[in-house]
Amino acid sequence: MEHGSFTNDSHASFTLAEEDHTLANALRFMLNQDPRVTLAGYSIPHPSLECVNVRVQTTGDPAREVLKDACQELMLMNRHVRSVFHKAVSEFKEEQARLKAEEE
Amino acid sequence: MTTKGEKRIVSEEDKIFAKNFNIMDHPDIPTGLPPHLQLQRTRVLCKNDAPIHTASVTYSGAYNAVGVDNSVKLENFSENFKVDVIQLSKDGMELTFDMIGIDAAIANAFRRILLAELPTMAFEKVFIANNTSIVQDEVLAQRMGLVPIAADPKLFEYLSENDQPNEKNTIVFKLHAKCAKGEGRKKVLTKELIWLPKGSELVKESGDSNSKPKTYTSFSRSQKESFPEFADNPISPSYPDILIAKLGPGQEIELEAHAVKGIGKTHAKWSPVATAWYRMLPEVILLGEVEDEDAERLIKACPENVFDIEDMGNGRKRATVARPRECTLCRQCVRQNYGEEVNKGVEEKEWIENVSLRRVKNHFIFKIESTGSLPPDVLFTEAVKILEDKCERVIANLS
Repeated sequence: MEHGSFTNDSHASFTLAEEDHTLANALRFMLNQDPRVTLAGYSIPHPSLECVNVRVQTTGDPAREVLKDACQELMLMNRHVRSVFHKAVSEFKEEQARLKAEEE
Repeated sequence: MTTKGEKRIVSEEDKIFAKNFNIMDHPDIPTGLPPHLQLQRTRVLCKNDAPIHTASVTYSGAYNAVGVDNSVKLENFSENFKVDVIQLSKDGMELTFDMIGIDAAIANAFRRILLAELPTMAFEKVFIANNTSIVQDEVLAQRMGLVPIAADPKLFEYLSENDQPNEKNTIVFKLHAKCAKGEGRKKVLTKELIWLPKGSELVKESGDSNSKPKTYTSFSRSQKESFPEFADNPISPSYPDILIAKLGPGQEIELEAHAVKGIGKTHAKWSPVATAWYRMLPEVILLGEVEDEDAERLIKACPENVFDIEDMGNGRKRATVARPRECTLCRQCVRQNYGEEVNKGVEEKEWIENVSLRRVKNHFIFKIESTGSLPPDVLFTEAVKILEDKCERVIANLS
């Protein structure tokens, strides 16, 4: 849900339902990294309601596009994390197996 | 030297040179952030009373005035991100690994997902046929709920309110423990839980005596057929020696427990990790030389043996930092007299400034302890996948 204005689409607030600090803080970090963003923040109106308000203000690009780009970057970052982690764990397990075989 | 009015001939080379000239390329000009700002940006300084510079500077334009770009572009991230696996326990259930080059917001997101949003199987409904023990029904049911079950939750579906419990979404266990009269007290352990692959054996009472007796689950096939993984290894709780109840002579417990899929957010019994936590890499810096006697006292003060003695020659000794990773921030090394006054019962605390205790902001030492349903590396991979799914959902909602 986007609460913006019809005339200026570079400043907008978004309401994400069923989300909490887990996604919101990560999104806020990615938004801040984007050079087009002048202000990015999130708030949780009440802890019992599962809902997050994300505010994005940009230097001209529509806020919705910038938010989408931030989500994309976060997804790509996660994919990279997964592949690096997987490689590190398999290398570690191989090393363990090799050491065990040497002992025996 | 030119006089006024004379034209100077400028060659093409000079023009190109002038166009491409950037003062910042000159080798003598320092680029990047000045060291004190770099310290603020990358380290948490753990001072005597509280840590400072704890928030990470995320704004991409934070250092525009100094001409430094603070954004972490994806290419830089991909180059600098590293994972080092430190330890995997023998039973494969505890994993310690380092994540270098990632921000606290994302590391925390992983931790939160590991604790609350990864699905597991846990007992939800406990049908108690007979309970003459001193453990009340509801307490017994609550304890059953907390028993970890070693079943891969990806093979099962969620059971919603309108669904019938069937072999795709329920696991049924039976427990029948009796302590005979004349015996001593008996412990009921989880190894007495028996898996029923064909479904519930408790019959629902219905007035109709002609129709086939209905049970509390409607399994169309035995789970041993529908899940080939369980044909030879029966599903069982992760640990066979968890104490459920104690029975005195003449007491009996007879119950049937149904396990369903859920996430930790609903109830902590569905959390797949005993716990998952991270800490930032500690960095211990000696601000000045700590020599001879002071070095000896410093070494004795640290309970984690972070410091070591180094011989400088001429019989003089110096303290060095040998194992900064072990530092627990107990602050004994910065206390006056290195904490020796505690033995004398002095209440006032005085501080000295020999050692600077710091944390590296983008280096996380993660520890994941799994309860047994899935190994910790699979859990972490699933957690990252769930964060990706959340992002996808936001993108889908925005389009």
